Amino acid sequence: MKGMTLIVKKITQIICPIIFVFGIYIIIHGHLTPGGGFAGGVIMAGAFILQILANGNILPALRKEEEGLEFLESSAILGFLIIAGLGLLFSGSVVFFANFLNKGQLGKLISAGFIPIENIVIGAEVCAAIAAIFIALVVYKDEESK
Amino acid sequence: MVFKWYAHLIDNSDILEDKMELYLILILVLMILGSIYSLNASDLLSAVISYGIVGFGLVIAFLLLQAPDLAIVQVVVEVITLVVMIATIKNTQAKISQMKFKPKIAIYYALIVIAALIFVIIFEKATGCLNSFGADTMRMAEHYISGVEHTKSANLVTGVILDFRAYDTLGEATVLFTAVIGVLTILRIKGKKEEDK
Repeated sequence: MKGMTLIVKKITQIICPIIFVFGIYIIIHGHLTPGGGFAGGVIMAGAFILQILANGNILPALRKEEEGLEFLESSAILGFLIIAGLGLLFSGSVVFFANFLNKGQLGKLISAGFIPIENIVIGAEVCAAIAAIFIALVVYKDEESK
Repeated sequence: MVFKWYAHLIDNSDILEDKMELYLILILVLMILGSIYSLNASDLLSAVISYGIVGFGLVIAFLLLQAPDLAIVQVVVEVITLVVMIATIKNTQAKISQMKFKPKIAIYYALIVIAALIFVIIFEKATGCLNSFGADTMRMAEHYISGVEHTKSANLVTGVILDFRAYDTLGEATVLFTAVIGVLTILRIKGKKEEDK
């Protein structure tokens, strides 16, 4: 896959960080505003996909990226399970998925116990999953055509 | 026994009678036996069919746990996946091992009839646990609406999916993870074959 013209590359350079930060915002404010881990993760993956579409693919770099994304995805879902399991230890009752952290004040950024942490983990998982699928399709298709 | 920890959340806790738990344990044992058999089955077709026991047992478990929406989804998904899997096996395998007529076959039929009867009886009991037809199901939704005090999450939807129904979210994340692993495995084998040539 070849990259696009200079105009597209330049616009992508400007707009990609904004998309990425917007995805992070959606994830972090998941317990306050509409959105959350799933939506924010897909937005962050969109930034990755836009970069690849605009710049074309550099196979060695992309393969390294894919390995990193797989690691991130697997560790994110493991982290989700660990957070769920911590409820067994630290909450008074023995309940899987117990909200063991201090819940704080309604409407503040740091509130709602472990829900923001779960959102971050889910966001990382979704972002890594979708970007990994896209990169795998690009990398292996180009390897095949060679 | 199993559900007593959330009994204080539910007003009419008379549905948490021990009889229901007995049925649930029976169904879970049946599901475990089905999955063990499908691991050790000699051919693919019987493995897939015995794996269907797990899916349909899960339907009854959902009905017993008063989640008819999940039960309907599970029925649809299970039927479709079973049909697709059996069609795939029929089209890919050259020959499906036929059961020869033996004197033992009467015992097999009797076992099938007994298993089906157990399934039907428990299914009937499970549907008996549900609300009567047309009755509203606000019992759980009331807890969701007043969940802001419970979870302190200003976004009610996030409070529901990550606190009340966190198991659901764990399942969704696992589905995504499995899908990615499957896609990567299939694509990688294809790419490696091309490299070898």
